[in-house]
Amino acid sequence: MAINPLASASTRRDFLKSAGTASALALTIGFEWGGTTRRALAGATPLTDRSFMPNAFVRVGSDDSVTVIAKHLEMGQGSYTGIATVLAEELDADWTRVRVESAPADAKRYANLAFGTMQGTGGSSAMANSWTQLREAGGKARAMLLAAAAKEWKVSVADLSAEKGVVYHAASKRQASYGALVATATGLPVPEAVKLKDPKDFKLIGQHVPRVDAAAKSDGSAQFTLDVVLPGMLVALLKRPPLFGATVKSFNASAATAVPGVVKVVQVPRGVAVVAKSFWAAKQGRDALQVEWDDSMAEKRGSVALMDEYRHLADQPALSARKDGDALRAIKAATRKVSASYEFPYLAHAPMEPLDAVVKLSADSCEIWAGDQFQTIDQANAAHTAGLDPQQVSIHTLYAGGSFGRRANPGSDYIVEAVSIAKAYGADGTPIKLQWTREDDIHGGLYRPMYFHKLEAGLNDKGELTGWHHVIVGQSIMAGTPFAAMIKDGVDPTSVEGAANIAYTIPNVSVELATTKTGVPVLWWRVVGSSHTAYAVEAFMDEVAHAAGQDGFTFRRKLLDQHPRMQAVLELAAEKAGWGTPLPPGKGRGIAVAEAFKSYVAQVAEVSVGKDGQITVDRVVCAVDCGTAINPDIIAAQMEGGIGFGLGAVLYGAITLKDGRIEQDNFNGYRVLRINEMPKVEVHIVPSAEPPTGVGEPGVAPLGPAVANAIFAATGKRIHVLPFSSSGVA
Amino acid sequence: MSTSFDLNGKPTTLDADPKMPLLWAVREVAGLTGTKFGCGMALCGACTVHLDGKPIRSCITPLSTVAGRKVTTIEGLASRPAKAVQAAWVKLQVPQCGYCQSGQIMSATALLETNSKPTDADIDSAMSGNICRCATYSRIRAAIHAAADSIKV
Repeated sequence: MAINPLASASTRRDFLKSAGTASALALTIGFEWGGTTRRALAGATPLTDRSFMPNAFVRVGSDDSVTVIAKHLEMGQGSYTGIATVLAEELDADWTRVRVESAPADAKRYANLAFGTMQGTGGSSAMANSWTQLREAGGKARAMLLAAAAKEWKVSVADLSAEKGVVYHAASKRQASYGALVATATGLPVPEAVKLKDPKDFKLIGQHVPRVDAAAKSDGSAQFTLDVVLPGMLVALLKRPPLFGATVKSFNASAATAVPGVVKVVQVPRGVAVVAKSFWAAKQGRDALQVEWDDSMAEKRGSVALMDEYRHLADQPALSARKDGDALRAIKAATRKVSASYEFPYLAHAPMEPLDAVVKLSADSCEIWAGDQFQTIDQANAAHTAGLDPQQVSIHTLYAGGSFGRRANPGSDYIVEAVSIAKAYGADGTPIKLQWTREDDIHGGLYRPMYFHKLEAGLNDKGELTGWHHVIVGQSIMAGTPFAAMIKDGVDPTSVEGAANIAYTIPNVSVELATTKTGVPVLWWRVVGSSHTAYAVEAFMDEVAHAAGQDGFTFRRKLLDQHPRMQAVLELAAEKAGWGTPLPPGKGRGIAVAEAFKSYVAQVAEVSVGKDGQITVDRVVCAVDCGTAINPDIIAAQMEGGIGFGLGAVLYGAITLKDGRIEQDNFNGYRVLRINEMPKVEVHIVPSAEPPTGVGEPGVAPLGPAVANAIFAATGKRIHVLPFSSSGVA
Repeated sequence: MSTSFDLNGKPTTLDADPKMPLLWAVREVAGLTGTKFGCGMALCGACTVHLDGKPIRSCITPLSTVAGRKVTTIEGLASRPAKAVQAAWVKLQVPQCGYCQSGQIMSATALLETNSKPTDADIDSAMSGNICRCATYSRIRAAIHAAADSIKV
């Protein structure tokens, strides 16, 4: 079963062009949507006569409230706070009066500028693509409010100042709050251009601005999709096939419909849904439902067989993703050769909120409530499923209880399921909430792909690295999706990012890719390609440094002479971690560095080895350069979270198949990090005046190899098969 | 079938299947949505509530179990330790996605209500049943210590 590409009816109307550059690591997808999708949704953000909305991103109320419209999903990464901070900074707003509201699905106004003309969140791009746009939006709103004061007081704008939502005229000692100026400002022209602040004048950017969602997320009042309640709403659970690619042969709904509270049982393309008055009734109904599956087209292989095939493919000719000089020849001529292979399993995202969506479908409209990450794609896929035009689909984006990439899927799986159930139910306007269980999530596919990496390197008699040959084997995330336009000469950039753009100065480099096909649907998972390439590159670089008889930090530092920002984070992490200072026996220190989504992160991990050989990660020192630090505390939080997320994955994370069946069901089989396993984390941010880049994902990249390298330092053991638990050290 | 119990200090009667997990009874019948569904098997702690003051996983607790007893959800937290925990959560900016935090706060509150000065080992023991996929664990630990310090007499 492949990821469902965008519906053909939509792709006929819409076309796709790639705006990505070869060097871009972020998901710089260019979508050019034709015709109907360009229309704005009417009435999505009603403008009353008591508020001033100079642009799509801010509304100032006559009560002095400032509402910032967030085009990005808040899934924990702090986007709402960051977005509001940037806009409020240039607006000189009173932070205590700032609130955030999610934008409607409207690619015309709310496109992610890093994605071209598509609205969506991903690739750690929220702040980077919003930076100038929101500063200008805030600055223009401020200019109009000042112009309103100048008009009312008949003074020059040049003599006015603004601070915390109040305009001042020093000479006449007059002042007016923004709210008092709303009526006058509304009638004024929007300035074409506006002068942005000198960073030295920032009052919010760079400060510890508290999260706008912290209080609501500490008293149970934050609204997730799970919490949506609408009059007459029903709850649906979907029984999906146990094997990927299987379909419904037949079903018997009599036992399910006999469950009190079950309203209807309907067949949809992805399985058979039980629609009921409550979750509990739907769950019992689904348990009682009998379905016979047609497995004839299903994936029936197991993980072991797949990895065997990948291992074999690594020795076959593959497609080139990077070629400098002649790596194979250099390695052949080398004084010292090093080689290793690394195996990475499928990984589930397992966000805490199991996937869910509420759909209210009628003959001419489809209203969706979801922690929606790809509004434009979800709108198109929902429309196709419902038989509507995209502009008839509206989306209320709610807080998402985590995602880690799972809700950003080109086939909109959970949205399409919910719409198809509402359609099969009768499309009569009854709101239906599709709720996944944890088992549905673990079994549900769209995993981080399984990969096999083979690396070889050559050192000359001076211990210098002369050749680097890296072969990657695994599935493409973009193949068969609208993102396939990003695939260049058969190379999916998400399969090789972090490897093809290896930053070290090596005279001969070859990176190759063998793309495999399986029936297991795959997807980007936090930090995407670097979730495996950073491990392969950085764990292997440690093996190479060791073979050269050099310290891992010193060896890397020299090879990063062409990459000052990467070199600087490496140095900062090493310095703060006390690299080179002695550790007691049974402890080890490891270092790794990575670039991901144009941010640079280095980490030093310290581990202890217990008497039983089990390892504990005691401490991680992290240095990050993400350009201008908009909110240092949120940056630190994302590094801490990335470290914990990455550590759980390298220690325990694995989705495995046996005869096509997923062997894990819930958090017992799919183990994730718990509080007792969380290391002490220290985060150091490199001061920078560069434009901001992302922090949601990059912190994950160097964690695995830093820990693996520390384990080697402590035990002399290299880990080539992930997770570590399968190698007997966790 | 109806089940009567004390919910957040109020006498409550819910008309629902007595086998229905307390989680869904509280959410869908009583309309209190702060308690979350994460795993349905008492593996993640997102559904943690207090039963007679002790933390339990409401996703595996049948409604019938709570008949005549006291249930407290995140909406009903009122004790001094509870308020200290919630204040520390905001002060130390613990939540990221926030979905697990009701359960984390219920477990942390139950800990502080019986142990006013928990050690790191006490925190590990009380909190290791609560998963946070955003891995806000360092801040959870710091916030529990901060809450304990704030209510010291």
